[in-house]
Amino acid sequence: MKCVFKKTESMTENKTIYCPGCHHGIIHRLVAEVIDELDIADRTIGVAPVGCSVLAYDYIDVDFAEAAHGRAPAMATGIKLPQKDKIVFTYQGDGDLASIGAAEILHLANRGYNITTVFVNNAIYGMTGGQMAPTTLEGQKTATSPMGRDIKIHGHPMKVSEILAETPGAAYIARGAVYDPANVSKTKAMIKKAFQNQIDEKGFSMVEVLSTCPTNWGMSPLESQEWLKENMEPFYPLGVKKDIDQEK
Amino acid sequence: MSKRVLMKGNEAMGEAAIRAGCEAYFGYPITPQSELTAYMSKKMIEEGRVFVQAESEIAAINMVYGAGAAGKRTMTSSSSPGVSLKQEGISYIAGAQVPAIIINVQRGGPGLGNIAPAQGDYFQSTRGGGNGDYRLISLAPNSVQEMADFVMDAFELADKYRVPAMIVADGMLGQMMEPVEFRDPVSLDKLPQKGWALTGKKGRDQNVVHSLSLGGTGLMEHNEKLKKVYEKIEKNEVKYEETETEDADVLIISYGSASRACIGAVRKFRKEGKKVGLIRPQTLWPFPFDIIEKRAKNTKKILVVEMSLGQMIDDVKIAVGKETPVEFLGKAGGWVPTRNDIINKVNEIL
Repeated sequence: MKCVFKKTESMTENKTIYCPGCHHGIIHRLVAEVIDELDIADRTIGVAPVGCSVLAYDYIDVDFAEAAHGRAPAMATGIKLPQKDKIVFTYQGDGDLASIGAAEILHLANRGYNITTVFVNNAIYGMTGGQMAPTTLEGQKTATSPMGRDIKIHGHPMKVSEILAETPGAAYIARGAVYDPANVSKTKAMIKKAFQNQIDEKGFSMVEVLSTCPTNWGMSPLESQEWLKENMEPFYPLGVKKDIDQEK
Repeated sequence: MSKRVLMKGNEAMGEAAIRAGCEAYFGYPITPQSELTAYMSKKMIEEGRVFVQAESEIAAINMVYGAGAAGKRTMTSSSSPGVSLKQEGISYIAGAQVPAIIINVQRGGPGLGNIAPAQGDYFQSTRGGGNGDYRLISLAPNSVQEMADFVMDAFELADKYRVPAMIVADGMLGQMMEPVEFRDPVSLDKLPQKGWALTGKKGRDQNVVHSLSLGGTGLMEHNEKLKKVYEKIEKNEVKYEETETEDADVLIISYGSASRACIGAVRKFRKEGKKVGLIRPQTLWPFPFDIIEKRAKNTKKILVVEMSLGQMIDDVKIAVGKETPVEFLGKAGGWVPTRNDIINKVNEIL
C-alpha cells in the first residue's frame, strides 16, 4: 500500500504542554517536518531559551541546549563555530529575542554566521503571565500595561524583522503566520529556506512567525486568530524582508 | 617542557589555554586583562581554532556555554566588573554540568572601582557567584609560571568533574613579566570523549544540555548529585604551599599577589631567628581547611593578609575555630600590602 501520510519522524510522542489555541505546536511541527525533509536530524542542534518553548527538546527529537533568557544566539554561536558541519537553530519568543536578547540577536545577524532562528512573536510574555513585550501593540492591554500600551511611556512596538533585514550579514529574513492552511504552507517554505541557507552556508537566516496567546490575551482560540489577523498582521506585515538570492 | 621564555601573565594564560587544547575562546575587552584577549585573537586564528570578540561579557560566557555544551574545551577571560556580568552564564554552566574555564584578572571594586590589582572577588569566586547552589573550582596562582600551570590544570579538572573552573588572578599578576616554562601541548585527538555533548544524535538518542528541572523532586536530586561531585573535589583537589610552618609562632595565610610580599617577610624574620611561616592556598575552593586547622593548633597567632578588607579570613576562621587568635592585614582599593607592612603587623602581634 502506498503511504500518503505519516507521523513527523522528528516529533517525539510527548504531548505538548501548550495552551489550547497556542501556535507553538504548529510551529514545532513545521520545524520538525523541515528537519526531516532536509534529512538533517542526525546533525541538527536546537537551542531553546527561557520562555514557553524552553521545553522544545521534549517535542523535537534532535540534540538540544537550553539557554538563558535572550542568550540563545550567543549559545548557538558557541555550538556552531567549533563544528561547522552541524546545523544549529534557535527557537525564541519575542519577550526573549526582542527585549533581553536584543543585543545577542543583532550581533548574530550582523556577524552573518550560518545559524537559523525561528522567532515566535505573540506580542506578549507568555510564560510569566502575559506582560508587555517590546512587540506589544500600541493600546494593547497586558498585565503590565493595564491601560493599554502608551508609546509615550513604553516606546514603540519593535519590528525586529525589518531591523535585522538592514544588517549586511543577514541572508534571509521573513515573516509568516500559521492561522490558516495557506499561511502554514507559506511559513513552512520560509522555514525550509532558512535551514537550506544554513546547509548552503549563505549566512544568518530568520523566520518570524506571528502567533497567538489565547490564555494571556484573554480570548478563545478562534477570537485570538481573528485578533491576530486584524491587529498584528497590519502592523507586522507578512512576507520576505530580505533575501540575498533575490538581490543578485 | 619548552624552553624558558619571558612573558606577561595575561599572555602566558592564553598560551597555556592553547596548549591545553582550548578550541574556542570568547572575550571582551576590559583592563587589566585585555592582553589575553589580544593574544588569543592572533594565536587562536593561527591555530585554526575559534576566536570571537563578543558583544558583551554576557554574550561571551554564553558562547562558552555553547562551545562547552558541544564538548569542546573553551575559555573566557575578564576582570572583576566583567566577571560579575558573566555570573548568569556561570550559574547555567554549573547547573548543566558543562566544563568551562573562566579567568578573572581582578581589579578594584565595587562597581567600576579602578584598574589596579585587588582580591575583592574572593566571595564571588568561592561561593558560586551566581544564583543557586553550586561551586567553582577556584585556582589562585601567585606567579606567571603558576598562571600557565593552573590554566592547564583547570582544563583537566573541569573535564574530570564536569564543573566550571576559575583562575582567580589579579591585575599585578596579569601585567607583570616573569620567566615561564610551558608544559607540552595536549594533542586535540587525545582529549576526553564526551558522550553527553551536543554533536548531533547520529547513532544515538537525543542529548540535551539543560539546567531547568520543573516539578517533583528532580531539582532536589540534581542538587544532591552536584553536592556529591563537590564533595569529591573537596576530598581530592585541595592544593596549597607551605613555607616554614612547622614551628611557626605566627602563621601567615595569604594567596595570589599578596602572598609574594608575605614570602619576603617570612624570609626576613627567619634570618632574624623569629618563627614566622606561611600557608598559601593555591585552591581557594576547595579551601585547605585541614592543614590550616592542623597548623593552627601549634601556633600562637594567625595573620591573614589580603588585598581586600577581609574575605578569605572567613574561611580561615572556620578552619581555626576559636582557640587561636586570627589577626588581619588588608588593603583595598587597588593597593597591595608591602613587605614592610607585613613585618610591622607581625611585630605588633608577636
